[in-house]
Amino acid sequence: MAIVEIKNLVKRFDKFVAVNDVSFEIQEGETLGLLGPNGAGKTTTIQALLDLVTPTSGSIKIFGKEISENRSEILGQINFSSPYVALPGNLKVWENLSIFAGLYGIKNPKQKIEELAEIFKIKDLLPKMTSNLSTGQMTRLNLTKAMLNDPKLLLLDEPTSSLDPDIADKYRKLLKKIQKERNLTILYTSHNMLEIEEICDRVIFLNKGKITDNGTPQQLIKKYGRKDLNDVFLAIARET
Amino acid sequence: MKWHRIKALMTRHLYLYQRSIPRLMDIFFWPTMTLLLWGFVSEYLQQSNFSGSVNIVTVLLGAIILWEILSEGQHSLSVAFLEDIWERNLLNIFVTPLKISEFLASTALLGVIRVFLVGIVMGVVALFAYSFNLFSLGFYIIPFAFNLIFFGWILGLIITAVILRFGTSAQVLAFGIMFLVQPFTAVFYPVSILPKYIQYISYALPSTYVFEGLRAVVNTGHFLNSYFLISVGLNIIYLALALWFFYRMFARVKKNGMLTKLDS
Ligand SMILES: Nc1ncnc2c1ncn2[C@@H]1O[C@H](COP(=O)(O)OP(=O)(O)O)[C@@H](O)[C@H]1O
Ligand SMILES: [Mg+2]
Repeated sequence: MAIVEIKNLVKRFDKFVAVNDVSFEIQEGETLGLLGPNGAGKTTTIQALLDLVTPTSGSIKIFGKEISENRSEILGQINFSSPYVALPGNLKVWENLSIFAGLYGIKNPKQKIEELAEIFKIKDLLPKMTSNLSTGQMTRLNLTKAMLNDPKLLLLDEPTSSLDPDIADKYRKLLKKIQKERNLTILYTSHNMLEIEEICDRVIFLNKGKITDNGTPQQLIKKYGRKDLNDVFLAIARET
Repeated sequence: MKWHRIKALMTRHLYLYQRSIPRLMDIFFWPTMTLLLWGFVSEYLQQSNFSGSVNIVTVLLGAIILWEILSEGQHSLSVAFLEDIWERNLLNIFVTPLKISEFLASTALLGVIRVFLVGIVMGVVALFAYSFNLFSLGFYIIPFAFNLIFFGWILGLIITAVILRFGTSAQVLAFGIMFLVQPFTAVFYPVSILPKYIQYISYALPSTYVFEGLRAVVNTGHFLNSYFLISVGLNIIYLALALWFFYRMFARVKKNGMLTKLDS
């Protein structure tokens, strides 16, 4: 079953076209990488999926329903995380989590928070002020927040962009693990080819708002006759 | 609307207040200072017999307490929204199932709580420092306060919509708007003192009828039902316009992509 169906999505800011006739689907349990250089339209696409940005035209269906018409219902079953969006630093970690548990209407918030804190190794951080967390700890907290409502679909916008290689690697391993355990559907943006190669089942190349190619990492590497996805990226980005 | 979401947003602010001295000062300290200032002014005027037969303490202290209720209503809505911009938390909030109506309801309730606390603080200080009993105005204080919170919240809503539209550069309005309203709404003096053309503005403000009504109660002992009804009527009209404006601005920033850039 397709969890996400985007058809002919166009987003114009005045005359500038940020997303240009993009169509794709994400199947249940699939991890799809949205890959492209800065300004390709990755974030805009994710924001349109979250109804934070109104598309100029096109249709976005999540769980078979149009997001603009079923906003509240759909948002209850998906979640989002990005290092560019923060949780209030002037609240304690557990306070932040319990507020979001409330916003998502979680049944046993305390139990849920403890359970997730265990998984994401933030148990000892719960009583701390959020502003005192390191970048790595913050990323784990963001992911904990993003799992509070047991989402079926997770939208991750450059989640590892502010992490050092070691922590980024741990993050991907953890993400992969919970993805498998819960059969999560994930949309993952990045401009780091190696990590996309590592965790994505399928990749869409976006450049200047247009899809320029898509396929599994192996298919693309083969198609372009390159040694890895990084070279494929350079080949695609420079030929258009 | 879902209560658990309204409650969650309110809890956010209650957590914050517990340990934020500036926020607690907003409720407990600054209103006290304001009250003391106006208390001394009215005592001085009373003693120097400037006031003739008017009960100056009641007029000024009653007015300043009601004024704080109005500005607190505006302030708490605008600041509640700004907190999330300052903390870059806006997107996290708006990717939850939260509805705009729930967001607004939570700020309204938070405003009522804050106003209630400020009212108690000022009422108690006035009682002990100046033997002024707020309830000497009778239980009219309740419909008065209701209209002021109502109008304050409407002003807060308009400011918030303007901040949405123009970004954080407009946030000074959240702190400055009340100084713009104050001279027109005849807090400390009757509308009749104002030049004729300014009186039109005054009578367009729901709060003016409360302050005029307050003076009527003090001077004549009568509560002006007509003033109360006009005030409610104006509030309802402005509420409808302000909500329309807010929803329009919200749709606009979702279109031009500024909702996601407000805090950057
Ligand atoms: N609110 C906006 N107004 C005008 N242009 C925007 C706005 N948001 C994004 N853009 C432009 O749209 C393009 C795509 O941006 P974005 O989706 O953030 O790219 P990416 O996430 O792939 O780096 C960029 O050129 C960006 O400048
Ligand atoms: Mg981006």
